[in-house]
Amino acid sequence: MESYPTVKSILLLDSEGKRVAVKYYTDDWPTLSAKLALEKSVFTKTQKTNARNEVEIVMFDGYIVVYKFIQDLHFFVVGGDDENGLILAAVLQGFFDAVGLLLRNNVDKKTALENLDLILSCLDEIVDGGIILETEGSVIAGKVATNGLDSTISQALATAREHLARSLLK
Amino acid sequence: MAEPLVKKDDDRDDEEIIASGSEASEARSQFVEDNFVFFYGKFVVLKSNNGVIVVPPSCMVDYSPFMGIEKGAVLQEARVFNDPQLDARRCSQVITKLLYLLNQGETFTKIEATEVFFAVTKLFQSKDTGLRRMVYLMIKELSPSADEVIIVTSSLMKDMNSKTDMYRANAIRVLCRITDGTLLTQIERYLKQAIVDKNPVVASAALVSGIHLFQTNPEIVKRWSNEVQEAVQSRAALVQFHALALNHQVAMTHPLAVTNCNIDMESLISDQNRSIATLAITTLLKTGNESSVDRLMKQITNFMSDIADEFKIVVVEAIRSLCLKFPLKYRSLMNFLSNILREEGGFEYKKAIVDSIVILIRDIPEAKEGGLFHLCEFIEDCEFTYLSTQILHFLGNEGPKTSDPSKYIRYIYNRVILENATVRAGAVSTLAKFGALVDSLKPRIFVLLRRCLYDSDDEVRDRATLYLNMLGGDDLVGETDKDVKEFLFGSLDVPLVNLETSLRNYEASEEPFDISAVPKEVKLQPHAEKKAPGKKPSGLAAPTSGPTSAVDAYEKLLSSIPEFSGFGELFKSSAPVELTEAETEYAVNVVKHIYDGHVVFQYNCTNTIPEQLLENVTVFVDASEAEEFSEVASKPLKTLPYDSPGQSFVAFEKPEGVPAVGKFSNLLKFIVKEVDPATGEADEEGVEDEYQLEDLEVVAADYMLKVGVSNFKHAWDNMGADCERVDEYGLGVRESLAEAVSAVINILGMQACEGTDVVPSNARSHTCLLSGVFIGNVKVLARISFGIDGPKQVAMKLAVRSEDQVVSDTIHEIVASG
Repeated sequence: MESYPTVKSILLLDSEGKRVAVKYYTDDWPTLSAKLALEKSVFTKTQKTNARNEVEIVMFDGYIVVYKFIQDLHFFVVGGDDENGLILAAVLQGFFDAVGLLLRNNVDKKTALENLDLILSCLDEIVDGGIILETEGSVIAGKVATNGLDSTISQALATAREHLARSLLK
Repeated sequence: MAEPLVKKDDDRDDEEIIASGSEASEARSQFVEDNFVFFYGKFVVLKSNNGVIVVPPSCMVDYSPFMGIEKGAVLQEARVFNDPQLDARRCSQVITKLLYLLNQGETFTKIEATEVFFAVTKLFQSKDTGLRRMVYLMIKELSPSADEVIIVTSSLMKDMNSKTDMYRANAIRVLCRITDGTLLTQIERYLKQAIVDKNPVVASAALVSGIHLFQTNPEIVKRWSNEVQEAVQSRAALVQFHALALNHQVAMTHPLAVTNCNIDMESLISDQNRSIATLAITTLLKTGNESSVDRLMKQITNFMSDIADEFKIVVVEAIRSLCLKFPLKYRSLMNFLSNILREEGGFEYKKAIVDSIVILIRDIPEAKEGGLFHLCEFIEDCEFTYLSTQILHFLGNEGPKTSDPSKYIRYIYNRVILENATVRAGAVSTLAKFGALVDSLKPRIFVLLRRCLYDSDDEVRDRATLYLNMLGGDDLVGETDKDVKEFLFGSLDVPLVNLETSLRNYEASEEPFDISAVPKEVKLQPHAEKKAPGKKPSGLAAPTSGPTSAVDAYEKLLSSIPEFSGFGELFKSSAPVELTEAETEYAVNVVKHIYDGHVVFQYNCTNTIPEQLLENVTVFVDASEAEEFSEVASKPLKTLPYDSPGQSFVAFEKPEGVPAVGKFSNLLKFIVKEVDPATGEADEEGVEDEYQLEDLEVVAADYMLKVGVSNFKHAWDNMGADCERVDEYGLGVRESLAEAVSAVINILGMQACEGTDVVPSNARSHTCLLSGVFIGNVKVLARISFGIDGPKQVAMKLAVRSEDQVVSDTIHEIVASG
């Protein structure tokens, strides 16, 4: 039993519950069919809710799932039922914000697929083997876009950091 | 998209609607898939009637850059990795497609995976950072085997020392994911450097990798404690957190490995972030060494006011363990405990503290006087009656043995004056104990007890009267000194619930109440349907004393059967043993009743078939494997209708006083009559039938009553070594120490005392204290020391004391043959 929080899986599904990008960090769902069953289950259980403004939470089968929807994308973070929901929500928000920055606020399925490399890199920078690396959206996006090639992204990040600094000083 | 899908004819002047609504978008997607040719940049080229059409992406509703993607084609595309002039962007795109395929559930065969891996390794030649990141992702997905890994090791090691932070951090994570023990020792020194890297992303990468690696290579990761210690001081909160998590994980299994970090961890106790502070304290309490104890106590005192009761209890228990580990430090730890006892807190919390102080007093002789004194101060101001009475009881047992018992009298007597009736009664008993053991105090105790005769409460007055008479040595009650001490300090032989029931049963008459007639066995879980048919539900037993009423019920039931009435006193009734599997037509379980010279098997039968009525139900018992037993009586069950349980009995004679064992096979014999479920009437004629039941065994444990003692040491000393037998046994190779301990407890059927049936994990040795009453009403105590060595060989030293030498020997025989 570890003393630090862990994430079991992060799912990015479309508005029909099909995969856009998923990462699993444990052996809870060893086969592909088990994973697909989980995704279907998570999707149908949350389909009718409105998670567009705030992070929502649902518990079933011994798991906690926090989620948020935007346009035609559904973001999910899954943890064990003894996990701290606030921490999972922080991971979700970090992922959500980072994707928003990287896709320059065009957060929909088409743009996500067109920039799948950024999405996968983003996931890679948030959780490593279940252990949380970073939860701050602007920091995650910064790690992904360290190429320095994309000046607009760096600008967006700089603006985001300014906002953060100002809000702290309030 | 609500636009219908239309088809125009060749002239393009007539339209035909093919599909509309949501069907239209599906039809569109299908059309695109069916007619897909290729992508031209972001445009899609589709077949059309007269050739091809080029469609911009804005027209494609369900457009996906991966439309029509196919594994074989992408693997072909991956050949571009081998080009001498690498097109970084193209390669990145191909990798993205491969990752997409894998993400969607596509699998690579071993050959495909190997080929892709080799091709990807060529991409290290490119200096493009975007491509390098994709390469890292790809390597992690492919999980290369040990011999494949070698190819990329040097490239990754180069990246680990690169000037680019992103390269260092990610190369570390990739390497640690694919490494094995030998490679790990090669890169260890770089990892240690990375842990203290200025860049927090690099440090976190190394620390998190360390946490993962600890599962498989703990000895190597242990060695990094110096660097981890430094990381704990980092300014970056996440690095601190990861370092602490790694430290804590190491401390759980190798506490000594992290002790050198302790000094720095102590500063974290006052960290503003309470999670970090909590994690630091838990680690320190597990790994503290003797010299740091005083310092730790000071810091924890401040910490305690910040945390909730539940966690305070955890801290208290950890401090107790710490004190037992370093008994010389008892003073500062005891002071700490008494300080927090004085502060605000709930019942559970205070109880935990009192329990800890009591344990320390018991186990550390030098701590006794101070500890008792702290407890006395506590009861001056204690709001919990339960705790006050417990402490008074404890004072009564321990106080008289101290060097100056008179010190405590004042505290105890104040309770008689100031507290509620329950506490006052407890205080009176405590005073009596002092009087009994300390002759010099007797006169003063008398004076105090006489004052208690005027108390407003009955119980207090009664106790005062009783003790005055006892201690007065008037010989009115005919008690000797030994009897007095036994009365005051001995444990109650009989279970309280049984005593209560027997007392309620007792009718005032010439004959006084006989405590030795109270059954000693407590039934744990009697099945409701097995209670005797004649038992009134509204009778003696309230639901809470269910256990006793079953014992009672058995006695009543058996003594009402003339054939069994001559067997004497019932010693023990076993728990019901199932003789049929679940969901069979007839459900039968058996209760074994043990007498001195007889055993009676009570077969509880249930007929689960509504269409049947069973009559003349008996059990045919084959005792050929139970030579010492001979059947003497059998009582059939006249009728067994559906769902109405009944009993059939078979009695055996056995040698008196001998714990004979044997195996019995059972065959249920009966006459079965068909029943019409509609009318409930049965046929006149029936058919003889039989039903095989499982075997039952009478074992040595059946002759042992589980009777615990509250103070084992006291009972052991009192028993004396006259009938003691000590011997050593090898138990061979066992699964674990805990398994061996519980196997022995089960064979003997004795009650484990003071929680000694619980074996701490990773213990190499354990002492078990058992007590019981053997047939013939002989009290038995056993002290068993277990030891386990490397190859899991378990050895056991068994010391048995009882009131009868034969019984002590018998216990040893049971173990030897078990």
